[in-house]
Formats: sequence, C-alpha cells, structure tokens
Amino acid sequence: MKVEAPAKEPLSVEATGVTLTGVARRYRARRGVSVTALEHLELTVMAGEVLGVVGPSGCGKSTLLELVAGLQEPDAGAIAVGGRGAAPRRRDACALMPQRDLLLPWRDALGNAGLALEARGVAARAARSRATPLFERFGLTGFERARPAALSGGMRQRVAFVRTLLAGRPVLLLDEPFAALDAITRAEMQQWLADALAAEPRTVLLVTHDVEEALFLADRVAVLSPRPGRVVAELEVPLPRPRDRRAAVTDPQLARLRARALEALG
Amino acid sequence: MRRAALTVLLLATCVVLWDWVASLDSVDDLTLASPGEVAHAFEDDWGLLWENAWVTLQEVLLGLAVAVVAGVAFAVGMHLSRALRDAAYPLLVGSQAVPIVVLAPIFVLAFDYGMGPKLAIVALICFFPITVNVLDGLRAVDPEQLKLMRSFGASRLRTLRAVELPAALPSFFSGLRVAATVSVIGAVFGEWAGSDAGLGRLVLLGNNQLQTPRVYAGIVILTLMAVALFALASLAERLICPWNRKESPA
Repeated sequence: MKVEAPAKEPLSVEATGVTLTGVARRYRARRGVSVTALEHLELTVMAGEVLGVVGPSGCGKSTLLELVAGLQEPDAGAIAVGGRGAAPRRRDACALMPQRDLLLPWRDALGNAGLALEARGVAARAARSRATPLFERFGLTGFERARPAALSGGMRQRVAFVRTLLAGRPVLLLDEPFAALDAITRAEMQQWLADALAAEPRTVLLVTHDVEEALFLADRVAVLSPRPGRVVAELEVPLPRPRDRRAAVTDPQLARLRARALEALG
Repeated sequence: MRRAALTVLLLATCVVLWDWVASLDSVDDLTLASPGEVAHAFEDDWGLLWENAWVTLQEVLLGLAVAVVAGVAFAVGMHLSRALRDAAYPLLVGSQAVPIVVLAPIFVLAFDYGMGPKLAIVALICFFPITVNVLDGLRAVDPEQLKLMRSFGASRLRTLRAVELPAALPSFFSGLRVAATVSVIGAVFGEWAGSDAGLGRLVLLGNNQLQTPRVYAGIVILTLMAVALFALASLAERLICPWNRKESPA
C-alpha cells in the first residue's frame, strides 16, 4: 500500500523537486546585531532524488529546512517546491522530520504515527488504521501500543519517520534524524532508512553533520560553508540506492568522495 | 509503604504529645480538649458532625467544580490571546490580593445565606492556582512541537486539542492539588460570614458555646477533608496521566 498524497491537488513525487535560488536569511540577534544564517544559497533537489546537505554545526542547516518547509520566509532569493513558491503551498508539499523525535508521551506509537493525519482532520481511529500497515512494513509490529518512554531511541525514530511518511507529502525534510542515537544504532537506522526510502520513494532533503551518513544515503551531497552558509561543493554519489552499509564502508569511490567532502568542509 | 508507616508513626507521636499536653494541670480544658474527649465528641455528635460535614463538602466540591471550569477556560483564553493575557494577568493576581475574609460578608449580602456565597468564595480561592498552573503548562509546550504541528498543516485549535491541552494536564493537576487543600479553608470562611449549616459554622458555634471537644472534632474532619481531596487529585492524576508518573510527588 502506498501512502497517498493529500487529496486536494495531489503532488506526485515524480513531479516535485525543490529549488533555492539566491536565498539569504538573517536573524536579528541581541543589541541590533544581525546574524546571517544563509547567504547566496543555490540548491536544487531533483524530483525523487535524495540530496544530502552537510555542514559544520551552526551553518544554518535547520534554517534551510524550515525555509523549504514554509515555516520561515527568506530575506532574499526564491524557494520553490514543485514549482510552488508561496509559504503555505511549500508547507503542503513537505513533511518535516525534526532532530528530536518529538513523540507525544501520552500517545502510544500508533497514535503518534497518526498525528500528521489527525492534524489534517482525519479521525483518530482512521489515522491509526492507516498507520498500521506501515508498522508492519517498517519493523514496528508489536510496538503499536507502546508509549514512547518504553521505546528505544531507534524505535522512536522509526515511529517519527512513519509519522513523517503519513503526512503524505512528496518531499521529506530530514533534520539530522539520527544525531541523538549511539553509533551502533545509528548505523542500523541508516540502513533501515535507505531501505525505507527504496520502498517509499520521496524527494528528500537530508541535513546532517555526518559526511558518511550523507554519502551512504544520498544521490548527491552538497557541502555548506560555516555561517553564513552557502554551497561550497557538490558531490555526485555514483552508486545505485539502496546501498549496503557494510559494502559502503569499504567502497573506494565513497572513500574518495568522503575525502573531498571533508576537504571542502575545511 | 514505608513512607506511609512513617506518617502514621509521626501522627501517633503527635496524638500522644497532644494527650500529654491536654492532661497538664496548667492547660485549661476549654482551650484544649484531649484526644479522648474529641473521640467522645465524635461518638456523641456523630449525626450532627456528619450532617454539617456533608454541607461543607458540597460547598467545597461545587466551588472546586466552578473553579476548574472557570480556571481552565480562563487559562486557555489567555493562552490563545496575547492581548487577553497581558490585560488580564495583573487582574488575576489582584484577585488573590483581595482579603477574602473581608469579602465574605459582602458575598453573603449579595447572594444571601445559602450555598451561593460559599461557592463564590471557594471558587475565588481555587481558581487562581488552577488558572496559573494550566497557563504555565500550556506555555511550556516545546516550540519545536508546535512547529511540527504547523508543518503538518494543523489548525490552532487542533494543535491545542492534540498537543497543548494534554501536555498541560500534569500542570492542571498540580493546580488542582493546591486548590483542593485551600478549598476547605474557603468554605469555612464562607460559613463564618453567615450560614445556617456547615462544619465551619458548627466550629464557630461550638467555640461560642464552649463545646471544645466538638470544635476539635470539626477541625479534624475539615483537615481530613482537605487531605482526602488532595489524595483524590493525586490519584486522578496518576490514572489520567500515567506517562507522567515519575514527576508526581504524592
């Protein structure tokens, strides 16, 4: 079963890319000093592509995702998602997966997964029944009624990912989804996400500070400079997805790309 | 379990101490009734005490109910409207600065002798801790969580219902616990200002009629009532917010 896009004006993954042209975003910090988070940012995510964005911490990666998601407006430049520029239209094409899972502690796993549907007015029971098949598909069977507190970090991220999928949007915006996990669980979850994206193709913007994670999961990796963030390198990853974690570790091509990315990061 | 045993032990110590102080020659029987005399009062005046306790309990429960409805509604309103919050918050604080003891007789003038003034006073005392706690709970919701709901396209009211109100439940119960303990005091003030029934009135009359053991019996019941309400609020919290168990102090 495929997860449907919103009934109103459905957007297909095949037709929904993301483009940012000349984007700048400034914040007014204390005492009138303004901080430039992003400047002259040019970025394109092709429809169905996974674009990894890596950069040092504080380079405006989360800002980038909120801009694309229509939660913020740029101070300069233009952003379009599936050709739509207005913030509410961008928002309707994107599903955000934040760094922390933000699962609601009083809801069980199934109820949390259905939250994105309930946000649009789907009844709780219907939302649960639509989440159920995804639990089977993504290794969550048996955890439907578990509260977040009873789930491991990896399982919580799986539930958060299912919630993101159920939003039914063609574009996924993943904000360091595994940053809070221990190394072993993170590796396991990266493989899981690679397979999940193969099963549920989406246009993906994956932000991370982990070069290896980006190279393993993405078709292309953009390297951002320290603040103000802009793209200093773009690397093609010439391996078909989904990749195998163990093979990727020793792949010479990925090793070369990794060296180039690290060099670009400075 | 161990804590409960310690509480009982402490209580027993207090009673023994009380008994000893009451037996001293220098202590007037009219000032301090001994535990035994109070127990006798319970036996002799059981019907009277029970009848009046029931009246007071009704005042307390109805007053609390009014406070809960008004407090939650007020908190949600202040949460949703910044203008209302800015305008009403000082008034809310001011409402607690008004000396209730002075206000009580005016309420009696306004609402007559019946249930009305007691309800009003209990509600006035109880609505403050509920409003403040619920408002704090609503405002403490993680802004990232709200951002996520916005990205899902959720309306303000849907976010309130699905995220903010459940998140504020533990705070609500904190407020309710405080309200439960002060509610009994409110009812007593209300009865002192003018009434024809209730434990507060019974205690006041008993004082005037030098029926000291009965006064103490009334006080014991009032205290138990407050403790029981507090325990009930804690129990309700545990049943309704099981995810929050580790934070519950009771």
